[in-house]
Amino acid sequence: FSCSSSGVKPAVATGLVGTVQQQDIMKWNGWGYADSKFFFNKKGQGEFTGKRYRLSGLILPSLKDWFEGTFGANLQHKSPPSLNTSAVAPPSLNEAFVEELKSTGIPFSHDTEDRVFRAHGHCLHEIFSLRDGRVGRCPDMVVWPNCHNDVVKIVELACKHSVCLIPYGGGTSVSSALECPPEETRSIVSLDTSQMNRILWIDEKNLTAHVEAGIIGQDLERLLNESGYCTGHEPDSMEFSSLGGWVATRASGMKKNIYGNIEDLVVHIKMVTPRGVIEKSCQGPRMSTGPDIHHFILGSEGTLGVVTEVTLKIRPIPEYQKYGSVVFPNFQQGVACLREVAKQRCAPASIRLMDNEQFQFGHALKPQVSSIFTSFLDGLKKFYITKFKGFDPHHLCVATLLFEGDREKVLQHEKLVYDIAAKFGGLAAGEDNGQRGYMLTFVIAYLRDLGMEYYVIGESFETSVPWDRWVLDLCRNVKERIVRECKEKGVQFPPLSTCRVTQTYDAGACVYFYFAFNYRGLSDPVHVYEQVEHAAREEILANGGSLSHHHGVGKLRKEWMQETISSVGLGMLKSVKDYLDPNNIFGNRNLL
Amino acid sequence: RCLAPGALPRRTDPVLKKRDDFEDILEERRNSSDLRYAFKCYTPVLYRGLTPCKAATLKSMVLQSEQLLHVINQVSAESGESTDVVKDEAAAILEEMAHRLQLRTIRFFAYTLSKAFKALYRSVCVNEEGIQRLQQAMQEHPVVLLPSHRSYMDFLMMSYILYTYDLSLPVIAAGMDFLGMKFVGEMLRMSGAFFIRRSFGGDQLYWAVFSEYVKTMLRKGYAPIEFFLEGTRSRTCKSLTPKLGLLNIVMEPFFKGEVFDVNLVPVSMSYERVLEESLYARELLGVPKPKESTSGLLKARKILSEDYGSMHVYFSPPVSVRSLAQGRINRSQFNLTPRHVAQKPSEETQAFVNDVAYRIVRLQQENMVVKPWVLVATLLLQSVEGMELTELMEQTSWLRDLARMFGAFLDWPDHTPCSMVVSSSISLHRNLACVSGSRISLVVEGPQGPETPEEALFNRAVSVLSCASYRNQVLHVFLRPALLAMALSNANSSRKEDIYSCFDFLRNVFSDEFILSPGASVQDFDEACHLLVKCGAVELLHQDVVMAESGRTFFYPSSLKCYEVLSSDLQKNALNALIRLNVVRRVRT
Repeated sequence: FSCSSSGVKPAVATGLVGTVQQQDIMKWNGWGYADSKFFFNKKGQGEFTGKRYRLSGLILPSLKDWFEGTFGANLQHKSPPSLNTSAVAPPSLNEAFVEELKSTGIPFSHDTEDRVFRAHGHCLHEIFSLRDGRVGRCPDMVVWPNCHNDVVKIVELACKHSVCLIPYGGGTSVSSALECPPEETRSIVSLDTSQMNRILWIDEKNLTAHVEAGIIGQDLERLLNESGYCTGHEPDSMEFSSLGGWVATRASGMKKNIYGNIEDLVVHIKMVTPRGVIEKSCQGPRMSTGPDIHHFILGSEGTLGVVTEVTLKIRPIPEYQKYGSVVFPNFQQGVACLREVAKQRCAPASIRLMDNEQFQFGHALKPQVSSIFTSFLDGLKKFYITKFKGFDPHHLCVATLLFEGDREKVLQHEKLVYDIAAKFGGLAAGEDNGQRGYMLTFVIAYLRDLGMEYYVIGESFETSVPWDRWVLDLCRNVKERIVRECKEKGVQFPPLSTCRVTQTYDAGACVYFYFAFNYRGLSDPVHVYEQVEHAAREEILANGGSLSHHHGVGKLRKEWMQETISSVGLGMLKSVKDYLDPNNIFGNRNLL
Repeated sequence: RCLAPGALPRRTDPVLKKRDDFEDILEERRNSSDLRYAFKCYTPVLYRGLTPCKAATLKSMVLQSEQLLHVINQVSAESGESTDVVKDEAAAILEEMAHRLQLRTIRFFAYTLSKAFKALYRSVCVNEEGIQRLQQAMQEHPVVLLPSHRSYMDFLMMSYILYTYDLSLPVIAAGMDFLGMKFVGEMLRMSGAFFIRRSFGGDQLYWAVFSEYVKTMLRKGYAPIEFFLEGTRSRTCKSLTPKLGLLNIVMEPFFKGEVFDVNLVPVSMSYERVLEESLYARELLGVPKPKESTSGLLKARKILSEDYGSMHVYFSPPVSVRSLAQGRINRSQFNLTPRHVAQKPSEETQAFVNDVAYRIVRLQQENMVVKPWVLVATLLLQSVEGMELTELMEQTSWLRDLARMFGAFLDWPDHTPCSMVVSSSISLHRNLACVSGSRISLVVEGPQGPETPEEALFNRAVSVLSCASYRNQVLHVFLRPALLAMALSNANSSRKEDIYSCFDFLRNVFSDEFILSPGASVQDFDEACHLLVKCGAVELLHQDVVMAESGRTFFYPSSLKCYEVLSSDLQKNALNALIRLNVVRRVRT
């Protein structure tokens, strides 16, 4: 219960405006910016490098103990990456396509580095292979269209010369969606949308903005902020993910309680398909014109075409923002509280509930305390909660809150939520704990890279589930299944298996699982990891959870699609694909 | 042994079964104070995450459960009664049903049963490894204890053993008949029994209260739940075909994801002499079952002066419902209805529950201890008129070897000559067999004075059926080979398909009489072939199964056991088989 300040700046400010050489400032075999990473210094203390995050440059004294204690890992045992990239097969180019493309003047490249950078997302197996210097099938070239018309030209040429196109936005996929199908014999072209990153217009009367789909989340937010607006769409990947990617995967933002998920935010979409351009003729806020064609596009995962332009709802920047947190004696109580909040439809912009393991994890990322006074205050708080209030430190869990709006309403709202929390035994635990909770979101992917240097691998996955099924049920069963599967598969140390509730809805919630283990002694750790994740997904489905809440299906979860949407449903989607793209130009083989 | 489906090799060699060793729990009772034992410090390990609650709290949890409230509203809407009236009804049902487990009563039983058991039995042997496995399982998952049911002693013994080993005491599903016994019924209730009506077919409310009560205890890990799959005591000492109602109920929380797993623990309880031995024979012959009453119990105390030999209790390794269901049950089928709405189980689910039930009963059978007397009784029944002792010895030792080869769990003392083993078991069962001169024959009790021919017949039938109840204890070992032997002599040709179809037909005919898992026909056939080949009775040629030269002795033409035809159990099963085969048809129900 620190009250020292830390955490990430509200939206990460020092970002990038897409350049052709985007990869220059980003890691090619890990998460995020090349200058930002965790490491253990000579004294064995954790540190976070760079200047981009609030945590940057700080020392994290408890990280080592948590890391060693949780995973049985040892700082003496390093598993350094081998940086051999010469294994990349030379590109197989479709000369006729290349020739015609040249005449259009659209920039392209078949440089190895460019190709490798766009050959993967951020699934564990993808990053793990890269660290091992193993690269599978890569795109044979990369093109950078500059606008909608460029995309039209590229798609036409691709159809004409039978080239496979794989749209690439921010590259943050965690569903193997960017993996090139190894069986693909045609030349594969990665269509990088990063140059299509302009806000084309803002309509203040209707509160909409028309934006090119390649824009990266943080840039969109920053540019809109300059005009006094925001979309309020903040997925955890917003530093790197693109608008087009959000549409293609049905993304969900942290503050969806106020702003809605991507499907609520979208007013109009333009998409280029092999059959032609698809868009609606007006921007009416709702239509009864048969099934909504937007819903064929939302979640199509790059299998139907390229989203080029999107009209989004925008909102004035909120006057006031306030973080908060509540400690509950146990997870059940916390869930009961979230359920009540959802029932009364008074959820703040964001409300999340971490389980005990994650609470402890959050603790491990507390920076060095700056004064004796803060450390004394921390001790006092801890004493109050555990001794005076009788909370068991091994059961208590924390909800983090984010309120937005005008000041007065936020304060009222805050009181309402804290009152509900009190009914479930919740104690207000301060703004800092709340803020640190949200910071975790941004740095956790960096932490995975740290783990990989010490034989620890991990991943997150998510689901959505009705209220009645998941408290002591879905969460417990999935966590237990993970622990058991690990044991059965020969993992020698108990895994970290933890979850949190990240979104609440009228009829259910979104649950996020983190799972990591120490793989020393395993000959094929990634395979073991995949088996366990597979088992966990089966468990989720058996317990009434969905296949995905917002990560999408990609190729990773494709095998469950039929079971999930019925074979008739799958047939419907296939017939749409067959009509729009009979020659499978958009051949990433996601989803279907 | 791995119990996961599919992991079982197609043909298991029963001889390779490894079983645990036994410890006699009465030994310590004979050497130390029963009173101290009854007042010992009892601190069982509990299901992790359990918040202990009182029996009364449990009741109110059930009455306030969504499941029950849902049914109450339904019943009230259908009957026009107000919900309060229906609620009161539900509360009354629960009041009648619920147990009131309390340690005081347990301690009382611990004391009195110690005295009784020491008087009745020479030893009560328990496999301690089984106890350890059980203890482990109890911490991790809700546990369901599924003992075989041969005697009223079964559940007293179960609770006694669990108390002895400091394990959580079970709550036991018992028939309502016990409540007829003044005082005793309530004592049983206070030692963990809960009472259910024998039949409540259409009573929706009763079913809802009952199933919610059981499920609440299971979900909370309140206590292990114990019931008898066979539904009632087997009067013949053969395992009865399992009843599925309660098994369905205890598996549902797993199907619906309310618990991670449920562990089923088959318990085999074998008696060297069953207390109710001659009562059962009479019942089978149509003498009504004496009503459970306290005075009856007091009259029965003369049995305390008799020697009932030893008793074996074998706790099989816990069977995980989760691993059994893997690949068989798609749990997501339960996701489309709110959990509190009862769903009729799908065919898939019913078939699964049925398979599990059969599997458990077979596990009970497998670990049932077979006493030498069982073999003697088997042979004696082949020649009801009596036989030469030397011949009996010879045949017993042959049958012993064969039974061993077929995987029977035989309790045959080492380094003791066969003749001594046989004569000591005859002396324990002197009420059934007697030796005069060099011959041994069945004992037939008769009145002092002259008896009518009907009485003579009846008394002879009692002896035969009593004796048969011992022979029946080994039948499961020989069942499959015997069906194959019959098929071999009845089939039209020696072609494997013909013999198999004959075998399959016989399985169907005998499916009430014996435990023959539906759908395991091929597996059973393979097992039977394997065993008969192993003992040299048949040979497998290419596409044929033929009797081996040395195998003639296995194919005795057996004389019809007319006395056994008098058994109401056999008659009922035969009738069912005829109905199933469409030979006869029910005209009025």
